[in-house]
Amino acid sequence: MATTAMPHDTAHGETHELPFIRKYIFSTDHKTIGVQFLLMSLLFLFVGGLAAMMIRWQLGFPDTPLPGGALLPETMAPGGFLLPEFFNSLVTMHGTLMVFFAIMPLLVGVFGNFLIPLKIGAPDMAFPRLNMWSFWTAVPAGIIMLSGFFVEGGAAGAGWTSYAPLAANGEYTGVYLGQQLWLLSIALLGLSSILGATNYITTVVNLRAPGMTWFRLPLSIWALFITAILVLLAIPILSGAAIMLFFDQTIGTHFFDPTGGGQPLLWQHLFWYFGHPEVYILILPGMGVVSDVIANGSRKPVFGYHSMVYAIIGIAFLGWLVWGHHMFQSGMNPALGMTFMVSTMLIAVPSAIKVFNWMGTMWRGNIRFHVPMLHAVSFVAMFVIGGLSGVFMASTPVDIYFHDTYFIVAHIHYVLFGGSLFAIFAAITFWYPKMFGRLMNPALGRVHWFLTFVFFNMTFWPMHNLGVGGHMRRIYDPNQYAFLQPLAGTNRFITISALLLFTSQILFAVNFVVSWFKGAKASHNPWEDNGLEWTVPSPPPHGNFSATPTVLHGPYEFSSPLVQDADFLPQSRNLDALPARPAGE
Amino acid sequence: MSWFLPHGASTYAADIDFIYYVILVVTGIAFVVVEAGLVWFAIKYRARPGRKAAYTHGNMRAEVIWTAVPAVTVIAIGLMSGGVWRSVKSESGIPANALSYRVTAKQFEWNVTYAGPDGSLDTADDFTIRNQLHVPVYRPVVVRLRAEDVIHSFFIPAFRVKQDAVPGLNTHVWFEAMETGEFDIACAELCGIGHTTMGATVTVHAAEDFDRWVASQATTTALR
Amino acid sequence: MRRLVLFSVFGFFACGGGDASRGGGDDAAQAAVAPLGNSTIAGVVTFDGMPPANATIDMSEEAACAEKYANGAINPVVTVTDGMLANVFIRVTSGLPAGPYPHAPAVTIDQDGCLYHPRVVGVMVGQDLAVTNSDAVLHNIKAVPTQNRPFNISQPRAGMTSTRSFTTPETMVPLECNVHGWMNAYVGVVDHPYFAVSGADGSFSIGGLPAGTYTLDAWHETLGTRTMQVEVAAGGTMSVTFVYGPTT
Repeated sequence: MATTAMPHDTAHGETHELPFIRKYIFSTDHKTIGVQFLLMSLLFLFVGGLAAMMIRWQLGFPDTPLPGGALLPETMAPGGFLLPEFFNSLVTMHGTLMVFFAIMPLLVGVFGNFLIPLKIGAPDMAFPRLNMWSFWTAVPAGIIMLSGFFVEGGAAGAGWTSYAPLAANGEYTGVYLGQQLWLLSIALLGLSSILGATNYITTVVNLRAPGMTWFRLPLSIWALFITAILVLLAIPILSGAAIMLFFDQTIGTHFFDPTGGGQPLLWQHLFWYFGHPEVYILILPGMGVVSDVIANGSRKPVFGYHSMVYAIIGIAFLGWLVWGHHMFQSGMNPALGMTFMVSTMLIAVPSAIKVFNWMGTMWRGNIRFHVPMLHAVSFVAMFVIGGLSGVFMASTPVDIYFHDTYFIVAHIHYVLFGGSLFAIFAAITFWYPKMFGRLMNPALGRVHWFLTFVFFNMTFWPMHNLGVGGHMRRIYDPNQYAFLQPLAGTNRFITISALLLFTSQILFAVNFVVSWFKGAKASHNPWEDNGLEWTVPSPPPHGNFSATPTVLHGPYEFSSPLVQDADFLPQSRNLDALPARPAGE
Repeated sequence: MSWFLPHGASTYAADIDFIYYVILVVTGIAFVVVEAGLVWFAIKYRARPGRKAAYTHGNMRAEVIWTAVPAVTVIAIGLMSGGVWRSVKSESGIPANALSYRVTAKQFEWNVTYAGPDGSLDTADDFTIRNQLHVPVYRPVVVRLRAEDVIHSFFIPAFRVKQDAVPGLNTHVWFEAMETGEFDIACAELCGIGHTTMGATVTVHAAEDFDRWVASQATTTALR
Repeated sequence: MRRLVLFSVFGFFACGGGDASRGGGDDAAQAAVAPLGNSTIAGVVTFDGMPPANATIDMSEEAACAEKYANGAINPVVTVTDGMLANVFIRVTSGLPAGPYPHAPAVTIDQDGCLYHPRVVGVMVGQDLAVTNSDAVLHNIKAVPTQNRPFNISQPRAGMTSTRSFTTPETMVPLECNVHGWMNAYVGVVDHPYFAVSGADGSFSIGGLPAGTYTLDAWHETLGTRTMQVEVAAGGTMSVTFVYGPTT
């Protein structure tokens, strides 16, 4: 990371060089912490993807030993054949690692950290040291989560949803310490998230530069802000539930154990009361980023900016009222099925509003299909599929058939991969120059995008059809069932597509690493964007702004008639001052 | 790779399937409109030298329309679904003359307790068989579900039946088979190492065959 | 600090490392101990009267197992042949000198035809118990001890072997398969090698004992326990008979 000798009016008063460990390891600079989260999360994305490849191998080719399976110990895959208990651990860890250690930190940890101070005109977060702790609690949480694979009984195997009583008593799964480690890790990660959320909320409320009114905030910041509120409210519920389950496992309480007067359904209510806001935590920042990128790519203001803000708030609010749709078949009172169906149907509306507004942004635009724009438009195209599949599951009688089938898996992956991960690719490719001062290779970026888009759809679209055929989730050997045997060919097709999808990510990894050292140097504003972050060097110095900017315009004033010499208008550009800043510099 | 649901063999399968197909058509239309729109915009509004984007911040009328239309549509689907849901899942939806069964789920089997020739559960002529559910055709059947250890989910795809069996909770599901034959039962909630082996079979008999079968079963002493 | 984290991580792996009860019985590594004596307690377990009927097992769902039985399978809970009772676990419970003791013979339980063979075994504390699968079906092996650490592992294919050991004496550790709920076996964990299981002919033999007076306990999974005092001379064999009958 470049540092400059520029004087800056930060609160630190430090202008001397920090030692390596304070600058890069225990940094309190939000930009460095953002990059730390990025590296950690990409690593977990890879591990979660490896788990998925093993799951797919079992489902596609159960009678062929896993390639490389000889490296795995006898307790996991003797002779390269996965054991059912290891398969259960893999599905558990795939979900857990992807949700908590990949997607959530990639969106909230990386871009919350990196973007918020820069885009609101602040020198850093409100609590830089708390920010450092947010990262350094996430890392041990990740290590604890992975350590489950190395203990007797193996890693947690009750699903990422960890339902009681299966997760409460090791004799049911053969997993003992692993199940406890899962809860400890989740609790620690929860602490990391809460620290981060506190910081984001405080920073957005208090540290906006003069002129950065609420309705001049870019939608990425709105989304991250609302997401942070969701995190602050939802994560403590998970932490509390995790502690209760941990006590059931270890000290003889019976919160979820009916033999002691407890209720298994209590776990589900607590988990999903957290879990549903959690999935909006996983998508809202993506939606915000996509708005920024689509406006930039279309060279047009976001269509319906105010509606977009209200839609974000609407999604966040309604997200608290729908948790029971995960429990329609759980034995919960069927009358609640009615109320949760209505609220779930309604939450489709603000998402639909957003989809139409993104289309409206592209309409009559002058669209540049740079790599971030390819990913952002793909987000819209794929997220809408995930949203529409949700309508089937929202209908309680149809959910009778689809609950716990691959139809749900298809839905999850269309919104989390087709949605969140494409948004993450858009965000990384868009802000990479600002983070690292270098441009990623655009040709490699396009090939990566194309292969990812094609193989993603080849992998997950057929899962809808598996679900229509009644194929259950988390099932080690579908061939046990006569009604699933006709779907074996589809399972093989999905597995091959998934392997190709995973392999294609090498292109992204290579682009990411090589560009860091060899990429073309990035100017201040390679995308000709309006955000405040593009008014400072790439990468920005410690303290970000040499002088606190004054915000004069909205966030998406592309193709404004006020500007003759360019099709964008940076938020802090003073049109009355002479001379005008040349475009792109 | 079909979007057609497999053949349904119970009375309310058709009601559930109907709602599925309505949603399929509605979401299919939305899918085509959005995807085609995206592709069309991508092509038509791609950057070309000398073009400028239209500077507009939105259109309130458009917002109202694309808020109202999805809202009305999903509410309608919800209302349509409510009646079927109530008749399938609520205690009051169980038909009056339903034949009672108890199915106790445990790792990794379904123990089916039959009411026996007297037709009442919890009497001396009850018998229990593992993993085989025998029912008469054209007769409503109510299955009272229990779970001994962890949560399992009683799933009969052909009948569109699914209901979790939860330790400590009394749940139930009813259905009426419309065809004789054998149909798969599966567990649809991860329940441990042997979750994948927790399959069973429901055999639907013609009425007289069923009575004969019940009479013969009550006398065997197999560890079933 | 990062280094501290890394070392903690490695230390954690090493400790929780998982081999504590997984085939960690160091039989081969320890020096063999010579027999403590040359006396033997031998005998039979008899069953007087009509033994209770063993239920038949409906294995129709598991064809690969069902086809191993020409006349259908029965669940061998009480196995009486010509008045002799098999599968009784007999062990010395007092009177022994202090250790170290010689090793007991290696023990393997096989899953064949969806039943455990043998049904009742004894192992020493720390001794490997091997479980093999001769069925081409998924079995899980779940141990539900009260004094030892439990385990629950699976063998999805024929030809697999899993090995476990126990750290604490316990009479008896039940083993069960949950895929085939009728499968039960029992493992007696003893801190010395002076135990035996009665065979199909009711006979058992415990050798290598020094001369002395011993308490001998017998255990059957449904018929209960018996106990007796036995005095055995140096180099001699003492014959005993445990008598079981129908439970009232």
